[in-house]
Amino acid sequence: MKDRREFLKEVTAGAVLMGSGGKLAVAAIRDANPQPAKSKIVIARDPELHGTGAKTSAQPDEQRVQALLDRAIAAYTGHAKPVAAWKSLVPMDKVIGLKVNGLGSKGIATHPALIMAVAERLQQAGVKPGNIIVFDQNVHFLQACGMTVNNDPSKMRAYSSDVAGWDDEESAWGVAKIRLTKILSRDCDMVINMPILKDHEGAGVTFAMKNMYGVVDKPFTLHGNHCNPAVADLNCIPVIRDKVRFTIGDAMSSVYDGGPGFHPERLWYPNTLLIGEDRVALDTIAWEMIERKRAEAGLPTLEAAGRPPHYIAAAADPSRSLGTNDPKRIHRVEI
Amino acid sequence: MFSMKSSKPAMAALTVAIIFAGAGCKKAIVDPFPASGAIAGWQKTGDTRVFAAKDLWQYIDGDADQYIRAGVVTTSTSDYNYQNHLEAVVDVYTMGDSAGAQKILAGDESKTGKSISLGDEGVAFEQSVTFRKGVSLVRIVAYSSTPDAPQALLALAHGVEAKL
Repeated sequence: MKDRREFLKEVTAGAVLMGSGGKLAVAAIRDANPQPAKSKIVIARDPELHGTGAKTSAQPDEQRVQALLDRAIAAYTGHAKPVAAWKSLVPMDKVIGLKVNGLGSKGIATHPALIMAVAERLQQAGVKPGNIIVFDQNVHFLQACGMTVNNDPSKMRAYSSDVAGWDDEESAWGVAKIRLTKILSRDCDMVINMPILKDHEGAGVTFAMKNMYGVVDKPFTLHGNHCNPAVADLNCIPVIRDKVRFTIGDAMSSVYDGGPGFHPERLWYPNTLLIGEDRVALDTIAWEMIERKRAEAGLPTLEAAGRPPHYIAAAADPSRSLGTNDPKRIHRVEI
Repeated sequence: MFSMKSSKPAMAALTVAIIFAGAGCKKAIVDPFPASGAIAGWQKTGDTRVFAAKDLWQYIDGDADQYIRAGVVTTSTSDYNYQNHLEAVVDVYTMGDSAGAQKILAGDESKTGKSISLGDEGVAFEQSVTFRKGVSLVRIVAYSSTPDAPQALLALAHGVEAKL
């Protein structure tokens, strides 16, 4: 493990994660043109994840979640076998963080079945159990995701930022001036972002980029102007930009209004996983999903509700170049 | 029983108690959470956590702003379980005045739910009950939908209301 200063030095030297062979490890080195011509996003659905009719369950079926994840990763990587697919994505000899989201309580948190499915495939692909760290802002959020706090290096670990602590130094980019969790800056070499799709009272939509509010010490300082451009600026902070390279987005259940808290009367089951590297493209699709559902429910658009997620466009702006929100540049693979 | 997770929330609760006492409230300290077994079938499964307004983001960042705008002073929360098959959470928001509680309840929740006679005003859905009484706004939410959830939640809500 290394501290943030060492990590940044490695990024500058172009040496980060090079020896590990994972596709995303190599991609972590910034070049002059970091964006591909099109960003591939896999939209994987299983309408029966939560059962059907009167047998609908609040928690998705674990085996179906595993199968859906496997199909999604296969479609993304082109490798039919899960182990080969994961080996192509992730450096096996590094510490991999899974940034989950339990802020909305266990009613609307990253599903335990998905977290365990990802952790299982990582281990089968060769990542040591102790090199997998599930984390979120505090222990209650972790518990909402079904995790028990554990820092035994012989097992998959799960602990929270309020326990691990925050960087002594402030990180800053644009309006974002925060201290990062040491789990991100010190403990992990790469992070898989595992947000859950929700409407958001301030930001409009919370998904891939907004989930990074859970890695900073004072997220409430980033709420002004509907979190714009704070969400985009936060994701430009080098440690976040470089380490958080891949998203396995949980849209198996969602709240389409009243978020980010749990409102069961606004809960719906999109039964979907969204995966990809381009966090802006992922959020663009997430926004579309929320808008479609709101329209179906007879609710106003987020723009009309006074909280459009303009931070998505800000993130795509050339000054930040975090990804694309241009539908023509998003290669959607729906399975 | 109230269990503070750190000295900050404890200080916040104490501050609230002092504020209430100074304002001439009838009750200096209110513990609105029914004990295990006090309401048939319901068990209190966790300690009560208390958040001052400035710390509310630690509980529900993003949602906190609307409560702060409405003048929340402190928020208390505790988990419950009904007959080992229904998990729920009880949130009690203590506002600066009753208008604050009214403001939150007047949100769109009240437009689509079933109006119920509880406290000053209440609304119920299949998986949640929200009501206000004086400066308190109470929200009880179940994490799953079961046939007995509406009736069980309502019973728990009456138990909370009686303690306010």
